[in-house]
Amino acid sequence: MHPVVKLVTQRLALGLLLMLAVSALIFFGVEALPGDTAQAMLGQSATPEALANLREKMGLNEPVLWRYGHWLYGFLTGDMGVALTNGEDIAKSVGARLGNTLFLAFWAALISVPLAILLGLLAARYNGRWPDRLISGVTLATISLPEFVAGYLVLYFLAVKLQLLPAMSMVFPGMGVFERLQAIMLPVIVLVMVVLAHMMRMTRAAILNVMQSDYIETAKLKGLSPLTVIWRHAFPNAIAPVVNVVMLNLAYLVVGVVVVEVVFVYPGMGQYLVDHVTKRDLPVVQACGMIFAAVYIGLNILADVVSILANPRLRHPK
Amino acid sequence: MSNELNYLLARAARGLMSRREFVGRAGALGVSAALASTLLASAARAEEPKKGGLLRAGMQGGESTNSLDPALAASEVPFAVNMIWGEMLVDVNAKGEIDYRIAEEVSSSPDATEWKFKIRKGVEYHDGKTVTADDVVATLKRHTDEKSQSGALGIVKDIIDMKAEGDMVTLKLASGNADLPFLMADYHLIIQPGGGIENPTAGIGAGPYKIVANEPGVRHTFEKHANYFDSTIGHADNVEIIVINDSTARTSALQAGQIHMMNRVDPKIVGLLKGAPGISIQAVAGRGHYVFIMHCDKAPFDNNDLRMAMKLSINRQEMVDKILGGLGSLGNDFPINAAYPLFDDTIPQREYDAAAAAEAYKKSGHDGSPIVLQVAAGAFPGAIEAAQLFQQSANAAGIPLEIKREPDDGYWSNVWNVAPFCASYWGGRPVQDQMYSTAYLSTADWNDTKFKDPKFDATLIAARAELDQVKRKAEYSELANNLRDNGGLICPMFNDFVEAKRDEVGGWQADPNGELMNGRALAKCWLNT
Repeated sequence: MHPVVKLVTQRLALGLLLMLAVSALIFFGVEALPGDTAQAMLGQSATPEALANLREKMGLNEPVLWRYGHWLYGFLTGDMGVALTNGEDIAKSVGARLGNTLFLAFWAALISVPLAILLGLLAARYNGRWPDRLISGVTLATISLPEFVAGYLVLYFLAVKLQLLPAMSMVFPGMGVFERLQAIMLPVIVLVMVVLAHMMRMTRAAILNVMQSDYIETAKLKGLSPLTVIWRHAFPNAIAPVVNVVMLNLAYLVVGVVVVEVVFVYPGMGQYLVDHVTKRDLPVVQACGMIFAAVYIGLNILADVVSILANPRLRHPK
Repeated sequence: MSNELNYLLARAARGLMSRREFVGRAGALGVSAALASTLLASAARAEEPKKGGLLRAGMQGGESTNSLDPALAASEVPFAVNMIWGEMLVDVNAKGEIDYRIAEEVSSSPDATEWKFKIRKGVEYHDGKTVTADDVVATLKRHTDEKSQSGALGIVKDIIDMKAEGDMVTLKLASGNADLPFLMADYHLIIQPGGGIENPTAGIGAGPYKIVANEPGVRHTFEKHANYFDSTIGHADNVEIIVINDSTARTSALQAGQIHMMNRVDPKIVGLLKGAPGISIQAVAGRGHYVFIMHCDKAPFDNNDLRMAMKLSINRQEMVDKILGGLGSLGNDFPINAAYPLFDDTIPQREYDAAAAAEAYKKSGHDGSPIVLQVAAGAFPGAIEAAQLFQQSANAAGIPLEIKREPDDGYWSNVWNVAPFCASYWGGRPVQDQMYSTAYLSTADWNDTKFKDPKFDATLIAARAELDQVKRKAEYSELANNLRDNGGLICPMFNDFVEAKRDEVGGWQADPNGELMNGRALAKCWLNT
């Protein structure tokens, strides 16, 4: 087997193992909470008979390992059960919310990742001079602003004062792609502001690090232009740390944007999870926990694999 | 009529000027307040409704956990959603009278124990079926079943027998209740096909609009029900409720014109929003009140002198000014205000009196140990600040009041109705009997002050079956005075519903029964374009 295929397979297997561990943690963590699902469902009106009936119906009297297996199997086959609070099919409602979240994250990433890398390259090229200072200053200012403040600022200027963009990012099934894009413009701007600096600074630092190497000196002596040196010789060797930071930020865009969702009334996963946590709707919380874990683990595996492929030393281990 | 007055009237009728402002400015022109109100009412009526368009409300109080089952409605958005697709037997209108909806006639036996509701003919559900007396009985039966977990269980549990004959529904009560029609206007009691027993969350009703999209916690869209029985309601072709729980986001959406009306304007920004173009603030005196409650059966609050000391040591005017930003009215230590029918406005207002409080405190013989008030930020908006104001005015009277902050999470199950002294709020009820029966009758589940007085109970039950309004008013006055002087309730303020709408919305009427014209704003208003 080619060493790369083997490495990738190993990573995937490790990731799956990790997912299994996370699923156990989530399931048994919820299991360890006082009271059970039947009690949560019936609330204060729980009578002993009603509790017994509901436990029987929901299979809560089965051994805990059996129920774990059943839950995990259901999850893998796309059957996440129904929400306690409103009886809706979890897979269906989570699916719609996840779609919205991924849509927003995709566009925010599509703009922020190339922009961050480009700005990082420029900052490294003009290290210590005014373009570097300007880029670093602006991006550090935007990352230092809490996201809800940034949200209210763009809301005030772009939606209320200038009325260029809609104040609410309401999206719903049956909406055209262009309408959707217009609706999410404001949150995308805010998310780009928030994630830009981290990736930009890492790109800059990684490239500056590589720029000290002898082969860069050689490239410069060959007479290549500074940007070509950076793009052809320095950047490929700086990819590994950059990819890791990019993936961390992508994961944040998927699982950590609840505040932005609230400010712009965007129907994403974050708001959905918070609603159900406050109502103790445990099956939904478990499902969301699994999905968030899967996103994190998946993106990290991807970062690992890209780093390996980008680095010949890792690609051909001795 | 002078031109000036005409101009003011036109502005006020379109909601560009608040009622209070209109009466004030009309007064400056020599018009009495009573005449000004009459003028305003007729001007508002004279405005012609415009048909068509899409009317949108942005609301706080919706979660992705919301259900369409009317029995489970508890927060603001499900309530408003149900008021759009659903129809009850009767409604309580803005003047506190009964509006007949699915029932077209109501009559009772002289002792108010047997009630007959005549069902309107030819009222159609959204699925084309006709509303029958059997549906009404099935609906009420479902709400009496504990399994339905209905919020109206306490209302319907006194009905011992119900039957449907032709187009007549007969309800027999365990004891007389002159307010039964008002109880049937409860927002949970939406008439559903077959009582909603098979599919409580179907969202099929006989209301002015039918559901198009139901995305809990996100948005709810509706289209006009073509065969709706009442042509005076339902002007827009489509209406929509968008859930915007964030106050700033909601206000921005209103300013940007993406929504036409909103509930829950943050009192802190009312002043700022008043100057915004195209928007008017609508403050409506409601029945909701913010309270501090003492358990009358637990030390040290089992001593009425101490309770009186606490009542005298709170500065109500300061609370209304600072906590409600002036958008509210003074409480008087009983849960009823002028928004209720049969309110006795001759009961003297209790004032802050440090000297009298100190005297009552001394008389109580309290040992001087700290009196602990438990409060969470979520008890009511501004609860922590209100508790701090209370603490200062009480300390000034020499009462050692201390505040213990509790987390919002679990407050309503761990602190409220459990701790001897805490902050809370009540949303109010359509009639006095219901308010007293819910929270001040000895046997009530939600008797959160543990006030147990056999005389109070007897008067309350006598008043309930009393059809003579004069006697009834006297009985309610007695209840109010008893509670005011002996109860465990400290009621510093009644809060207004503070809402906002855009100028293009026509037909807005202040309704003390509930938010956004008792949930009917989208159905009753129209768009002037």
